[in-house]
Amino acid sequence: MRLGVRLRGLFMGLMLLAVAGPVMAVQPDEVLKDPAMEARARALGRDLRCMVCQNQSIDDSDADLARDLRVLLRQRLVAGDSDEQAKQYLVDRYGDYVLLRPPFKTTTLVLWLGPAALLLAGGWGAVMFFRRRTASAGPAGERPLDETEQRRLKRLLSNDREG
Amino acid sequence: MIPELGQFALIVALFVTVVQSVVPLVGAIRGDRTWMDMARPAALAQFALIATAFGALMSCYVTSDFSVLNVVQNSHTDKPLIYKISGVWANHEGSMLLWVLILSIYGMAVSVFGGNLPPGLRARALSVQAMIAFGFLLFILFTSNPFARVDPAPLNGDGLNPLLQDPGLAFHPPFLYLGYVGFSMAFSFAIAALMEGRVDAAWARWVRPWTLVAWCALTLGIAMGSWWAYYTLGWGGWWYWDPVENASFMPWLSGTALLHSSIVVEKRDTLKAWTILLAIVTFSLSLLGTFLVRSGVLTSVHSFAADPTRGVFVLALLVVVTGGSLILFAIRGPTLKGGGLFTPLSREGSLLFNNVLMSTAAGTVLLGTLYPLFADALEMGKVSVGAPFFNAVFIPLMVPMVVTMAVAPLLSWKRGDFAGALGRLKFAFAATVAVAAGTWIAPGGGSGPLWAGRGLGLAAWLAAGTLVEWAERVRLFRAPFSETADRILRLPRSAYGMTVAHIGVAVVIAGITGSSAWTQEKIQVMHPGDVVSLHGYDLRLEGTEDNLQGPNYSILRAHFSVTSGGRPVADLYPEKRMYRQPPRPTTDAAIRTNLLGDLYAVIGDPDGTGGFVTRLYFNPLVPWIFIGAIIMVVGGLVSLTDRRYRVGAPLRTARAMAAQKGRA
Amino acid sequence: MRRWTTLLPAAVFFVLVAFFAWRLVLITRGDAPNLIPSVMIDKPAPAFDLPPLVLDRPGVQASGLQGKVTLINFFSSWCIPCRAEHPLLVNLMNRPDIKGRMTLIGIDYKDRPEDGRGWLDRLGNPYDAIGMDRDGRVGIDFGVYGVPESYLIDRQGRIRYKQVGPFTAEDIREKLLPLLAELNK
Repeated sequence: MRLGVRLRGLFMGLMLLAVAGPVMAVQPDEVLKDPAMEARARALGRDLRCMVCQNQSIDDSDADLARDLRVLLRQRLVAGDSDEQAKQYLVDRYGDYVLLRPPFKTTTLVLWLGPAALLLAGGWGAVMFFRRRTASAGPAGERPLDETEQRRLKRLLSNDREG
Repeated sequence: MIPELGQFALIVALFVTVVQSVVPLVGAIRGDRTWMDMARPAALAQFALIATAFGALMSCYVTSDFSVLNVVQNSHTDKPLIYKISGVWANHEGSMLLWVLILSIYGMAVSVFGGNLPPGLRARALSVQAMIAFGFLLFILFTSNPFARVDPAPLNGDGLNPLLQDPGLAFHPPFLYLGYVGFSMAFSFAIAALMEGRVDAAWARWVRPWTLVAWCALTLGIAMGSWWAYYTLGWGGWWYWDPVENASFMPWLSGTALLHSSIVVEKRDTLKAWTILLAIVTFSLSLLGTFLVRSGVLTSVHSFAADPTRGVFVLALLVVVTGGSLILFAIRGPTLKGGGLFTPLSREGSLLFNNVLMSTAAGTVLLGTLYPLFADALEMGKVSVGAPFFNAVFIPLMVPMVVTMAVAPLLSWKRGDFAGALGRLKFAFAATVAVAAGTWIAPGGGSGPLWAGRGLGLAAWLAAGTLVEWAERVRLFRAPFSETADRILRLPRSAYGMTVAHIGVAVVIAGITGSSAWTQEKIQVMHPGDVVSLHGYDLRLEGTEDNLQGPNYSILRAHFSVTSGGRPVADLYPEKRMYRQPPRPTTDAAIRTNLLGDLYAVIGDPDGTGGFVTRLYFNPLVPWIFIGAIIMVVGGLVSLTDRRYRVGAPLRTARAMAAQKGRA
Repeated sequence: MRRWTTLLPAAVFFVLVAFFAWRLVLITRGDAPNLIPSVMIDKPAPAFDLPPLVLDRPGVQASGLQGKVTLINFFSSWCIPCRAEHPLLVNLMNRPDIKGRMTLIGIDYKDRPEDGRGWLDRLGNPYDAIGMDRDGRVGIDFGVYGVPESYLIDRQGRIRYKQVGPFTAEDIREKLLPLLAELNK
């Protein structure tokens, strides 16, 4: 599909499976001779977004622009760019949007710290849960079980074992 | 005539859901048994009517009735029968109809099998189910009528997207919906319990099997979708962290948490408010997925044609269902008092740990999926959140969880002996070290990255730990064999379910690790007679045949002969298909598996000089991902057959417990 | 559980709903949420030097941008939306109030030269200069991700505005012309 047609589809918001298709991404003529450098290019390509596709990397996409960017990326690497420099080259032109792994900065603080914050909140919730329970139960959490509790425990355990 | 019948059935079903929402609820509040029992025939009628509508639509598809717009847009006379049938749900309108059909099947199941439920709980749960059905029927009738007619009827239809003409994708949505909608059961019971203000072990025993059914179906549905992506998208990938995939993964994560927390409610009568919240959240995430996929709020590789009107409607539904239930939770939640005490290092404690990590994981996927939207709304610029982000944050969350999964079942309830449990895992620890070191030293593995050994070690830890736990329970080699044999037979099915499902997880982890670490790929132009070597195999392109005819597509088929050391191994026939209506190409990879890895061949475009672009892969351990998922599902099903969860189980168990008490 | 903790889920949920509602309003109003803002705004236009597409008009160089306001329009003969945009550009360049106040540069993006020429023969040529960007590299330097795209460059050679997709009459009236007046002050 050509870029223009695809773009029009994009503008009209009719994306009924327009891009998900057989992926014929990296073509033989793009592949670099040096396998180590090609591997770097592949890894980089997976981190870069194909701008005209929805959520595909340039490594997965058969769009024209993705191909151009793959070729460009390889040329930059051959010219001696480091991975970071090659990435930066595209970021300078397309912005952070081109990075599938957003950089850590103020606008992505919530994104990157969110999971840790959620985990801490969950952990804190669990700690509070235990605290409150032991507080309301008094020292019960620490003392050995009394006779009735022992019996109940036995019953629960046997119930558990034998279903 | 038949479409009108279907539409009429839907309208009547709408009225039935009104009755089913109101009458039993009022009955439950007033304590009027007759009114409460209205729910059961109503649920049956609702199912019969929706099934009629669904049957009507299916008959339009099978007979290619092109006076129905939906059939015109999604079908074609050339299509094989199976895809005429699957075409029913391969579009927005039909899939919504399937959605309510499944909802009504679950509702019917409650009314048929729920004879032993407390009448008040049953009446309220069925009433909540009917409210959900009402919302969706309204949605279908007002914004997504599958029975709309066209006049004049065209001679033929537009055909179905060729990508959907595939057995894997044809049956992926029904399983997915069985999962999504199945969580509505836990939801309805949670709401009913909140209304009654009572959550107890019997409640958990009722909710757990339904959650298990939904979880199994969803696991299978996701695995099918992933398998489909693997063999059709043509480069061996199987998970993309696409918003639509994430939409199905979030309810899976929180549903898995729900499965585990409901065990605590059942066994120890605590974590009640949390479990209720999880039940609400899990179903809400299913609804949210529906909203995200159909509203156009997020764009994705594979979403339905977006329509903001529908988006507004689904959002309104979401506000009523989720918003309403969360407010109810906010009011009633604090009244749910927990029972049993336990220390952090105990079975309950570890299940709670599982819940914290699982919920964090679900929250993380939600955050990552929606972040581009937030950033846009708050004018922080356009952000892309893709696979590299999710991999970076997801793996650190999953590792501690899997490590705990091996230890947790060895801890006893209330207060576990952590050091003792670790001591009993000596064998598992040895297995882990052996596998990790072996991976590092082994000839094929030495070339892989360092983390590959850790990944396989983690899988070994989980598998070995799970087996150790089983061996402990049956006192393998510690008791006389007859006692062990007896224990093997008497061990509850739910225990076996856990063992099997956890081993399934270990297998999936091994598969993910192997495929990420050691995939080998060769991309080149090949002429007939050319040979490419890959992972010790020689793949020779014998030739290609063009213009072969499928039912509604033409085929370019290549033939590779595979040899290993001169010995023939297999023949691979990858295909490139060109569909006629709509004209669109698809690829069909040829896969040869020996269960340890897949040889994977794709034929591409001709280069104009008689050669073809070919992509050849060796994907190690990829089959394990799908096999592992199936093992997990089998575990769930085994658990489901546990006699405690069988129909009427709560009542019978209550009797058994009474008898036991009598004996004691 | 304390009351405020049980309120938390509902609070989070309604915040989410607010975002969704906002997005739906945008979609309903037709503000395509797919457009990606350019990072090139207010930056100097990238260097380029492209050979001419047609004999009677020169090629284009970045050095020629200084001292006047320029609109650079990326187009292609295979691009369907470009066809809708083209007559608007022809009309625009025929307007007396535009003459001499804005140079229009065309860049034929990833096209075969003969197709590009045929396109201009059929539809008219509003461009003051046309360059050929056969491999799309200059497009990448500008951050083009589809055609048509247009960039308004001020007298100092800085990019001031980017139009993604075809100009509509409304875009020209409400976005381009006011900005042009400002830049010509």
